[in-house]
Amino acid sequence: MDETVAEYIRRTVLKIPRDEIKTMLQKWGFLSEAQLQTLNFHQIKDNISQEVVQLCEENSADIKQAAVLDIIYNHIYQNKRMWSVYQMKKSGEELEYFDITDFKKKFKGRLRSALKNVTITFKEYEDNAIWIRVAWGTPYKKPNQYKPSYVVYHSQTPYVFISASVLKSNLPLLCQALIVASNYHDIREMELRSHSLNSLKDIVFKRYSQNFQTYYPKPVQGGSVEPESADIRIVQENRSEKERIHRLNQEVFGGGPQPKLEFAQYKLETMFKSDPKMGVLDKKEPFRCLVKFSSPHLLESLKSLAPAGMADAPLSPLLTCIPHKARNYFKIREKKGLFPESFVSP
Amino acid sequence: HLATSLPLPSERDHLRPRIDLIVFMIDIKSKYSLKTVEASLAHVDASFFLGKVCFLVTGVGRVNACSIETNAVCKLGEAYCSPVLFCELELEGIRVVTAQRLLRMLQICAGHIPGVSALSFVSLMRNSDDD
Repeated sequence: MDETVAEYIRRTVLKIPRDEIKTMLQKWGFLSEAQLQTLNFHQIKDNISQEVVQLCEENSADIKQAAVLDIIYNHIYQNKRMWSVYQMKKSGEELEYFDITDFKKKFKGRLRSALKNVTITFKEYEDNAIWIRVAWGTPYKKPNQYKPSYVVYHSQTPYVFISASVLKSNLPLLCQALIVASNYHDIREMELRSHSLNSLKDIVFKRYSQNFQTYYPKPVQGGSVEPESADIRIVQENRSEKERIHRLNQEVFGGGPQPKLEFAQYKLETMFKSDPKMGVLDKKEPFRCLVKFSSPHLLESLKSLAPAGMADAPLSPLLTCIPHKARNYFKIREKKGLFPESFVSP
Repeated sequence: HLATSLPLPSERDHLRPRIDLIVFMIDIKSKYSLKTVEASLAHVDASFFLGKVCFLVTGVGRVNACSIETNAVCKLGEAYCSPVLFCELELEGIRVVTAQRLLRMLQICAGHIPGVSALSFVSLMRNSDDD
């Protein structure tokens, strides 16, 4: 077995938390159950990984199998990576039958014709997700297995989720291979990024609970704002205001859990509006400014702002449009024309 | 009765009993809460400031998150001749003690303690502060 492969497997196993190693090796399926029985999972990870490498040696593992283990690790710990969303466009309305073998062949062919030194690995999962791992090399160097790109493609949708490696120069090639393989004619990056892959899927596949206009616009009186205090001696003076805020919040955010995003970024290229007497800027240039909201769970925290009394309800549509518009990066420019208000560029 | 700001909504006027004590809660982590309290003070009848108003500053346990200077709150207390209490609601022990203090003040303000009026009590508290 190649030394580099051995080292790669050793390092991959070291990344896995000790309690998870056995399950992950079982999912991998490269080592037999009998071999797994011989492993002592109660020693330090260093030793466990050495033993695993020994067993892989016995089975003559190559980089292909090692790459599969890496995909399995990244599938389980997908939230450690930052994912971007790309949307593909078809030229016509042809509904073509998706053939996975054809897809793989075309994808590999396109990449390999441009770059000889690549490692390409596929793994399909039950939810129709195709995971692709690409390790990139150069015409003169073998692929760097430690900085691969991951692509998640749901074949029934035009969306691709990419966690690129640091080497951004390979991105155009990757995109090209994707559209060739999937029979689309164009691909564009959406302004939507997050660590939570499932939340990104929820947003673009519209799987989160949205609020639709109901036939009866009047709110249901029974909707409780918060659990009624057990003590009836506590009287809320602003109950009607609290209920209004709750109702508005429900309308905007819906009742269910929000997709998990970590930040929203607004790039402002607007004119500085101030008292004309103050004259902060000599030139009438757009004031460039970047506003970034960060949170472990941005949408949930936005949802709780008004009920917590920290913001007025309703919230600015710039914040609340994030899931509907499927974007968390915005550019705000001056609207040219009759109404000099800022507008959001596409 | 809990309210987010003053004045109180007028639609509940007929349901409200006599008000004996107003406790203004200021979250030391939120400048906004101080602003809200300052704006609400303008809606309080002057007679309440004879011992029936108290400022309660919460969140003082989290030293790193203070947004308001205690000086500013003390000045507010002096300006309105009302005591300022500090507490940390996240600690059960302090929460209970603070509640007991407020309850004692309320008993005095409601006239349940013979021989002690709200005014005499608050001037008692003021004198001890000046030490």
